[in-house]
Order: sequence, then structure tokens, then C-alpha cells
Amino acid sequence: MAASTTTVPNAGPVSGSRSFLSKLREGDEIARVVTFLFASTVVLVTILLVLELWHGSSLARHKFGFAFFVTSVWDPIAGDFGALPFIYGTLVTAFVSLAIAVPLGIGAAIFLAELAPQKVSDTLQFFIDLLAAVPSVIYGLLGIFIIVPLMREYIQPFLKATLGFLPLFTGPAYGIGFFTAGIVLAIMVIPYIVSVSREVLLSVPRDQREAALALGSTRWESTWKVVVPFARTGIMGSIFLALARALGETMAVTMVIGNTPTISASLFSPGYSIAAVIANEFSEATGDLYLQSLIELGLVLFILTFILNGLARLLIILTAQRGSEMGRT
Amino acid sequence: MKRFAGFLFVALAVAGAVWAQGALLINGAGASFPNAIYSKWFDEYHKKFSNVQINYQSVGSGAGIKQVTEGTVDFGASDGPMNDDQIKAYTDKHGSGILHFPTVLGAVVPIYNVAGVSAPLNFTPEALAGIFLGRITKWNDPAIAGANKGVNLPSADIVVVHRSDGSGTTYIWTDYLSKISTDWNAKPGKGSSISWPVGLGGKGSEGVTGLIKQTPNSFGYVELTYAVQNNIGYGTVKNSSGAFVKADFSSVSAAAASAAKSMPDDFRVSITNADGKTAYPICSFTWLLIPEKFSDGGKRDALKGMIKWALTDGQSFAEPLSFAKLPKEVVAKELKAIDKIQ
Repeated sequence: MAASTTTVPNAGPVSGSRSFLSKLREGDEIARVVTFLFASTVVLVTILLVLELWHGSSLARHKFGFAFFVTSVWDPIAGDFGALPFIYGTLVTAFVSLAIAVPLGIGAAIFLAELAPQKVSDTLQFFIDLLAAVPSVIYGLLGIFIIVPLMREYIQPFLKATLGFLPLFTGPAYGIGFFTAGIVLAIMVIPYIVSVSREVLLSVPRDQREAALALGSTRWESTWKVVVPFARTGIMGSIFLALARALGETMAVTMVIGNTPTISASLFSPGYSIAAVIANEFSEATGDLYLQSLIELGLVLFILTFILNGLARLLIILTAQRGSEMGRT
Repeated sequence: MKRFAGFLFVALAVAGAVWAQGALLINGAGASFPNAIYSKWFDEYHKKFSNVQINYQSVGSGAGIKQVTEGTVDFGASDGPMNDDQIKAYTDKHGSGILHFPTVLGAVVPIYNVAGVSAPLNFTPEALAGIFLGRITKWNDPAIAGANKGVNLPSADIVVVHRSDGSGTTYIWTDYLSKISTDWNAKPGKGSSISWPVGLGGKGSEGVTGLIKQTPNSFGYVELTYAVQNNIGYGTVKNSSGAFVKADFSSVSAAAASAAKSMPDDFRVSITNADGKTAYPICSFTWLLIPEKFSDGGKRDALKGMIKWALTDGQSFAEPLSFAKLPKEVVAKELKAIDKIQ
């Protein structure tokens, strides 16, 4: 061992007086190097992915430029491609799914963490983990055989009759479309929100709850006004995890969205998403421009996810700052 | 010692025999439409010649053309013939040409879900083009009702369904529509993936059929083999001679036979809207794409043998799998063309 120095072995790599090899013998340096390699592999793969998407779409990027983001045409025969309907469809289905999944998911997490007996909570958590493990094709089949007929026969006519004056609920009721895709996606992302939020709520320190109760709040008040705000950043993290899944989901969406590149204010309208069009058309795409336009769509989805994740990070940082300020007063 | 020597001798003999067999592995990729018959053929051929193993991946016609041009597979398969640009790309890369060999026939049929209608509906070319262009919007439109006298068609909107994934079926359907409608030919034209004026997209034949079965008053198209194997009722189409023909083995083969008379030497021909009183108008060949020059003599001879077998004995496997056989005239022409493979 390094007997020549008086520093403790775990003093860290700051002490330049010891050679690399002697540090290596202690294993700390090995651990640092190896885990650094693992971490950098992730970054490396991401960079390679972006480079590959960038390089593979060069023809399409030079031909269309920024017009690609705002053109609504998708015509493989005429060689005219535009991403707007797909961007619209991806965003609409993701946000519809979050609008349904967030209240349901957070509500379920609060029940499981705060209000349910231990056994009930653990059993339900088991089922929710099962739901997260189901392959997305199965969700697609669930969508086609159960949700689509339900939408077409009951839910869409009901919404048209009651809320039909809103532009959101106009148009023929096919059963498939943005709304159905949003519902299927919501079912798929609820497990993520519930699992993570439940863990975060459970990790809120007991004394927070007890302090609230000691001050005279009801059970619900302590949960909603003390525990949930304390766990706010974790819950938001779970929502953005769910958003990431909803943006990229392919098979379940393509089976129920109607695969029509249109932009419409109505949620009943059929639409298309970026992942769905790539899955449908990539293998049969002949011709360089067609193929590269599809690859450029992949790049667009990556940029979209990047922007939304960046906003998520920003939001979490801002609320964490505010939360820690609250804690200090 | 003697027993050990004997055992060693047998082991070496077996190893030598296996090594001498020289198992030949040939890779192909392409169209998914004929996958059922190709799998059967390659399996049967392997049973006859156990040293020849042909491996086929049904990745789609577009991918098949790409892979055979890249050289990652030994042969390709496609529902639509390679166009001149694709053939030029192949010749530029390899220095020699690529040959097309039709193997079986496929057809595309109109399917629909109209309440109270169980008998097959008749469709004229004008009706088909009008529906898919979005100009004919109701089921009781005169263009449809005129061909179906006595059938009570509702005044409901037609929900058009098409394929969302690129497919040979769409290629055949749009090839037909381009021939019988100048408006369709101008825009959107023909292709395996197009910009559809109207309609919902279903993924795969299963997607289209699922949508049609579930959605009232819907109308779409699917390949004949799929409709037959899944017991889906389909309509008749009026051919160029004026007769309403239902797609089956004889009407599809009749379309190919009439096209055989004017078959080009490279077999790249579209047989939609073919002449002949009994011909079904929406059919097509599906082709194997075989390079003209092979550097590996063993692979070349094995492939030539396989194509010869597929065109003769192999045709008997077609109808049980719901594919239509090639007419005799086309087979005769192809057998002569096999010699072009060097």
C-alpha cells in the first residue's frame, strides 16, 4: 500500500503526489475509469445517433430546408415532403394522453402512497408494473377491438351531442383518430406516472406529514398541501418520462390513429404521427429523396424530444429553486 | 486399437461426406405478398436437393430491390417491376444487368361493409376512381347504384380505407386506377405509397380488413389471397370488355394469358385492365429479380434449377395457397429466358 504518504487512501484523486498506477492498485481509480467509460458510452451513442440522422437526411435537408417544418404535403410520387401534419399529430396525441393520464396517474399515486392500506398498495403496484410491461402491440389490439368500437358507438356521439359546438368535437365519428390514440397512449403512460410518483410520495419524510397534522390539518389537507408540493419535482419528472414515451410510441398509435396526414382542430379527425409514418413507409421507400425525408422526420422527432426534455429540465430546476427557498423560510 | 481405428475411419468418412456435399446457402429478400408460396417452394426444393438451402426474407419489395442492388442478397423479389432508374443503378454498380422472372399472379379485390348488402356488389372503373378521388361520396350515388340494380344502397357517406404502409397491393390498385382515369394518373398517380385524396389508412391487409369490418359503410381494397383465406366477401369489377368479373384463379390467369401475347422480352409488363372477356382487370405478376451474371457457379446453377422447377412442378403448389398459376405461354417464354443467366 502507499506507505510513503500520510493521506488517507480515500482522500480522492486530488492528491497529485501519488502516481496513477498506485491509485489503480487501490481499485478506486479503476472504478472511476470504468464507470466514466460506461457514462460516456451513453453520450457517445446519442451523438452517433444524431450524426447518423443528420448525415442520412442530407439530400432532403438541402432540398427542402426549413420549409420541411411548415409544409403539409406528403407526396412520394411527386417527391414533395413536409413534416407539419406529423409534428401536429405527434404533439396532439401526446398532450391528449397527458391530459388524461396526469390527473388519473397522480390521483392513483396519492391513493397508493397516502390513503391505501399497505397490502392494497403493494398489490395494486404489482398490477401497475404488469401494465407497464405489456408490449405496445397488445395495446394497439386493445385499442382496435375494444376502444375504437366504444368510441364510435358511444363516446364520440355523446360528446358530439353535448359538446358538439366546440371545434374539438366535430366531424364524423370513425372511432379512430387523435382522441382514440390519445386514450390508448394515456393507458400506456399511466403506469410510469403512478410508479414514479408513488415512490416519490413515499419518500417524503414522515415529519412533514406529522407536522401538518399537528397543526390541525385534515388528512387530505396534509396530503395535498404539504406532501405533494414537497414531492413536486419528482412528480414532474414522472410526467416528462410519460411524455417521452408518448412522443415516441409507434405501434399502438399507428393502429388507431387512422394514418392520414391531416391537420384538423377536431379530435375526432384521423391523423398521423412521426413514429407511425416511419414505421409504415420506411421498408418500402424507394428512391433516395423519399428515404432521406423519412430519416429527416426521425431527426425532427429527436429535436422535438430534445426541446421538450430541455423545457422539462428547466421547469424542474425553477420549481426546485422555489421549493428550497420555501423550505428555508 | 482396431475398434478405435474403425471408429476414426467412420468419423472421417462422415465428415468427408458432409464436407463434400458443399451445402449451398442462397439468400434472397423482397416482396411479402408471395412469401407464402416462396417459403413453400424453397422448402420443397430443399427436400429434393438437400444441399441447396434458399433463405428468403420478406422485407418488402422496395427493400428487396435495394438489397439486390447493394449485393447483400443473391436475388430479390418485387410486386412491381424495377423501373429504368433502378435498373440503371443496378447495372452501374455491378457492370451487368438484372433479369425479371414472373412467378405467380396476384389480384386485388374491392371489399366493403354496407348494412343489408350481402351479395357481391358490381363496380365500374368510373365508380372506383370516383370513390377514391373523393368525388363519389355516398353509397347510393348513380355511379354505384346503376351497376347494382335491385340492391338497396343506403344514402350514407362512403368511408374509404386504404393501405398506410407501402405495398405491392397499393401499387397494383393505383396502377389500375391510373390506366382507367386520367385524373387519377395526373395526381396522385401510381406507386406503392402515394398521397391519398381521401380515406383512412390501415396498416397491412389486417389493418384494412379490421377497419372495414368495424366501420359501417366502409370501402377498401385487399389482395385476393387474403380475402379468400379470411373468408371476406368482395365485389366484382367491370373489365375492358364490359363484363363484370369476380376475381378467381381462372379470371386472373385469363388476364395474364391475354397479356402473354404482347409480353416484352424482359417480362416487365403491367397486366391491369387486360383484354379478354373473362379477364379480371386488377391483377399483376410478382417477379423474382435475378442478376444476369453470377461469380459463383454453384449458386447460379442452383438458382437456375430452382426457377425451372418453380415454373413447372412448383406451379402446382400455387392454387392451394390461393395464388393463381402462370399461363403456359408465359412459362414457355420464361424457360427460354433462364439461359440468359450466366
